[in-house]
Amino acid sequence: MTLHVVPSSVASPAVVVTNLRRAYGKRVVIDNLNLRIERGEFVALLGESGCGKTTLLRALAGLDPIDGGRIVAPRRPAVVFQEHRLLPWDSLWRNVSLGLQVKDPRERAAAALAEVGLGDRLDDWPRNLSGGQAQRVALARALVQQPELLLLDEPFAALDALTRIRMHDLVRELVANHRPGVLLVTHDVDEAIALADRILVMREGRIAFEHRTKRDGAGRIARSELLAELGVVASHHTA
Amino acid sequence: MSNLEQAVSPAEFDGTESKDGAAASPRKPFELSRRGLQLLSWLAPVTLLVVWEVLAQAGWLSPHVLPAPSKVVRTAFKLVTTGSLLNDLGISLLRAVAGFAIGGAIGFALGTLVGFSRIAEAAIDRSVQMIRAIPFLAALPLVIVWLGVGEAEKIFLVALGVTFPIYINTTLGIRQVDPKLIELGRIQGLGTLELIRRIILPGALPSILTGVRYALATAWLALVVAETIGAQSGIGFLAMDAREFLRTDVIVLTIVIYALIGVTADAIARLLERRLLAWHPNYGGAR
Repeated sequence: MTLHVVPSSVASPAVVVTNLRRAYGKRVVIDNLNLRIERGEFVALLGESGCGKTTLLRALAGLDPIDGGRIVAPRRPAVVFQEHRLLPWDSLWRNVSLGLQVKDPRERAAAALAEVGLGDRLDDWPRNLSGGQAQRVALARALVQQPELLLLDEPFAALDALTRIRMHDLVRELVANHRPGVLLVTHDVDEAIALADRILVMREGRIAFEHRTKRDGAGRIARSELLAELGVVASHHTA
Repeated sequence: MSNLEQAVSPAEFDGTESKDGAAASPRKPFELSRRGLQLLSWLAPVTLLVVWEVLAQAGWLSPHVLPAPSKVVRTAFKLVTTGSLLNDLGISLLRAVAGFAIGGAIGFALGTLVGFSRIAEAAIDRSVQMIRAIPFLAALPLVIVWLGVGEAEKIFLVALGVTFPIYINTTLGIRQVDPKLIELGRIQGLGTLELIRRIILPGALPSILTGVRYALATAWLALVVAETIGAQSGIGFLAMDAREFLRTDVIVLTIVIYALIGVTADAIARLLERRLLAWHPNYGGAR
């Protein structure tokens, strides 16, 4: 059960993964995987269900042990899951400041909540939030820790289409301001194209495809090309 | 109310009196308001009380079988002013509180231990469950042999009755805490103590408070039984003493007092739930 997460020095990449291996019994889920994410870089990870992308994210988060290789991360990354995972018994600011070791947790939480547009809801309960609002609080909770690596595990999958688009804008803005390295695990090809500097497709426990986009939108990959990488024939999909 | 009915009535949109619309209308012939229903729910017990009073006054009920409610009230006043009712009440409450505190503390400590540790569960749980299988009142003769019929025996019996509901619900509550929230706590960098304080205990609290309510009921049962056997003071002693002199009014009074204390204890438990579980949709109420 050893976690091979080694602290690295400052001004280094957000995370470097070398020859990562993870197996459940005889089934190899991650096979000799290499990955490097710079600070401020937004990486989207696509892949079919069961290709190992969530396993990779959980290994990076330090939640699961690994069976081989190395993960070099500056310190504990922040994670946002598909479910908001807010504590129902704590107010929003208490949720956001959970685990924060500072003298003024309420002020820090207030600033983070203001950043996600919920600055007037400090003392509200999570149950009074909509799905999108709850996910915004989860983002605030992740970013208040000033992470160098932000892991997003399909954080928008459960939201309706309009809310999702708004969340994309918010995430883009937050990442631009805080500049963590980001790994976004998603099923949504359009989401990957909309957000990422670099798109990875994972297949059978390895990075099978990699594409760099430019921020201005030039050099954008065609949707159909990505879908083909994911084993979907594009003509069967209506845009 | 009427606005709502208009909104849901399909006839409103058709402009015709459809049979479906009439059948689906929520208004019944004798619909009472919330307040009306509340009044009705009190009507039956009040009527019963009045009938009892009338029967007793008319001499249909022998005072030795069941004294009139007014007589019981008068007796209560007399015992409060000239007798030792308040003193006995205080002694009974003290026994209950002491027993509850001891039993609750033991149940909570064991429950927490077993809830957190599989090793503790293997070591403790089976034994506790075996003891729990004994109806705790069946242990009374043994308790009397051990402790005599003094205060210790009464407090012990109350504690015995309280320990198990608290133990079981604490263990259950801790086990039922969402593992995803515990995982989140680890991600946010909480230490073990912080994890327990911020996530596990609050998550287990609804279940623990259910245990508290259940334990309150058991505590009263234990107290009544313990005080009925060889007490020199307390509400139960008052009842047994009155039996010697066929003072049915005093006996009825003690029964009523036991009931009132039980209701009060339950109300306190409910208040605790509403306060501590304000976040919980099933308890909090106010949004």
